[in-house]
Amino acid sequence: MGKGIQDKEYVGFAALPNQLHRKSVKKGFDFTLMVAGESGLGKSTLVNSLFLTNLYADRQLPEASARLTQTLTIERRGVEIEEGGIKVKLTLVDTPGFGDSVDCSDCWLPVVRFIEEQFEQYLRDESGLNRKNIQDSRVHCCLYFISPFGRGLRPLDVAFLRAVHEKVNIIPVIGKADALMPKETQALKQKIRDQLKEEEINIYQFPDCDSDEDEDFKRQDAEMKESIPFAVVGSCEVVRDGGTRPVRGRHYSWGTVEVENPHHCDFLNLRRMLVQTHLQDLKEVTHDLLYEGYRARCLQSLARPGARDRASRSKLSRQSATEIPLPMLPLADTEKLIREKDEELRRMQEMLEKMQAQMQQSQAPGEQSDAL
Amino acid sequence: MSKGLPETRTDAAMSELVPEPRPKPAVPMKPVSINSNLLGYIGIDTIIEQMRKKTMKTGFDFNIMVVGQSGLGKSTLVNTLFKSQVSRKASSWNREEKIPKTVEIKAIGHVIEEGGVKMKLTVIDTPGFGDQINNENCWEPIEKYINEQYEKFLKEEVNIARKKRIPDTRVHCCLYFISPTGHSLRPLDLEFMKHLSKVVNIVPVIAKADTMTLEEKSEFKQRVRKELEVNGIEFYPQKEFDEDLEDKTENDKIRQESMPFAVVGSDKEYQVNGKRVLGRKTPWGIIEVENLNHCEFALLRDFVIRTHLQDLKEVTHNIHYETYRAKRLNDNGGLPPGEGLLGTVLPPVPATPCPTAE
Repeated sequence: MGKGIQDKEYVGFAALPNQLHRKSVKKGFDFTLMVAGESGLGKSTLVNSLFLTNLYADRQLPEASARLTQTLTIERRGVEIEEGGIKVKLTLVDTPGFGDSVDCSDCWLPVVRFIEEQFEQYLRDESGLNRKNIQDSRVHCCLYFISPFGRGLRPLDVAFLRAVHEKVNIIPVIGKADALMPKETQALKQKIRDQLKEEEINIYQFPDCDSDEDEDFKRQDAEMKESIPFAVVGSCEVVRDGGTRPVRGRHYSWGTVEVENPHHCDFLNLRRMLVQTHLQDLKEVTHDLLYEGYRARCLQSLARPGARDRASRSKLSRQSATEIPLPMLPLADTEKLIREKDEELRRMQEMLEKMQAQMQQSQAPGEQSDAL
Repeated sequence: MSKGLPETRTDAAMSELVPEPRPKPAVPMKPVSINSNLLGYIGIDTIIEQMRKKTMKTGFDFNIMVVGQSGLGKSTLVNTLFKSQVSRKASSWNREEKIPKTVEIKAIGHVIEEGGVKMKLTVIDTPGFGDQINNENCWEPIEKYINEQYEKFLKEEVNIARKKRIPDTRVHCCLYFISPTGHSLRPLDLEFMKHLSKVVNIVPVIAKADTMTLEEKSEFKQRVRKELEVNGIEFYPQKEFDEDLEDKTENDKIRQESMPFAVVGSDKEYQVNGKRVLGRKTPWGIIEVENLNHCEFALLRDFVIRTHLQDLKEVTHNIHYETYRAKRLNDNGGLPPGEGLLGTVLPPVPATPCPTAE
């Protein structure tokens, strides 16, 4: 851009990618990553290893007796990472409490709700008037941690994955993979792949590389795809392996596991595929496929006869008339929630009125009315 | 147990008058010769030898139960403990078994022999524990099984014509497998141990401990011990059953420092320094199961088999079983349990409460 046209046949739009690149560098890049799985599988350590951060410095791990009555919470942590002039605003979504209780029935519902709320927010923003600065808080990728101690996917894993696989890109990961010998790792990966197929769970498909890429790259790509689910080990500590160079790893009495050694674990593969090559694709799939699917379902249900009534009874209709009426999530339990909230609001309003009346009465001379 | 075994058993002679200080024998000593016996040596210390011979003839029962989520290496560990395939386990890793929907109890018996001593070992597996989405009360089938064994024993005991040796199917030891999360106990672990520590001897172990570094291991153990203490859970060896000071000091050390044992099990052998050892081979090193620098398997084995085996049985019989028996007799108003049990009609017994055992 800005170069003079030196050749009559050179138009100049080949410079477009550069322009896009410059614009996006200026704009920055935001990405929302969710990590899910039972506690104690090394999720936090892996996240810190991936992004070289210390996101969990202030974390307090609750004891077992506290977790007896804990419900699942959704926690968000944001961090800005800069590398080579490019700023990434990374939002990490954590699900502490998942899979911890004695009874984990439906413990994935808050997660599903959260993901859909982000979609709903985006839909609202997209349909709104001011679209210049839409904040994209949609979850672009979910790293799901599978235990290396089990024999593949557990019933809880299957239930969670089934509930979210059409709503978020899932990358399955085997945590604490240094618990496994190489043969065991292979067998476990195969078992998980078989189970995913059997249960018809759609995980994120890494796109095929172009046919004009060189053989080496294609081979590398194929190898990476075959190592899914990634068997990872995380560490933020630097150890000396046998007394020579310092590496990130875990030091045991029988040897040192090196996080970045491809013979020890798939950490490098995961980092390459997640951060270095497919960050953008994950965002695109979230937008073009998953979000569109949600949007279509929403709008379709709005077009159905019963939907208009539901929409008008919702609290959304109380918003100003200038805003476009928004579709409700066609989920039975969200409707119920909204109805319940309505009830609560109404009850609170009534109570407030009663209290106001009482105050007025007590100011006036005379007997006081009974307490509520 | 005794190591040096005297070949012969000589009767004491009382007639010699040569005084010789004779220390109290910890193991049956071979009398040097009849001539050097002390005046007053009776020979009752040879009772140990007599007991040993009887035990060798009759053999003994030991019933061990393993509880924990699937995949924590329970079967492998038991096989490693007893150096034989005593726990059912597919040899290949790709087991096609489905996780059972409810907790099942599977008891498999084997007779193993060592040094002339026969042990009838029963391993009780509990597949399905902790594997479902909703694990409420999944310990109930286990509690029920344990109590059923007490009931069986009780029924035999109250028989008029009792068997010479009542077959003992009571669970002497319950190995509870804790998942090595590195954080703390899981709520299910707490619930299980709360319910069952009063009914059976629970020995908690940290499974697949090769996934924790030394610092992580010791921190985790400390946290687990503290959590158990805070929740009033007493694992074996229970403080209240220490018989004397010697027991207490020995057990205190085990309770406060070593337990729960962080173990690794394996049924594969590898060559290390010219020796064949049981272990796990990884790209970064070989984990030797019996190497105390690597894991505490040897401590667990010594504890359960070499030092506390008899005590486990005794505590089960004298404490847990008696508690059960007292409760049953009380519930029945002092009558032995079960109708038609004795096959005869008893004269009506006044319903005075039976004095309860401590």
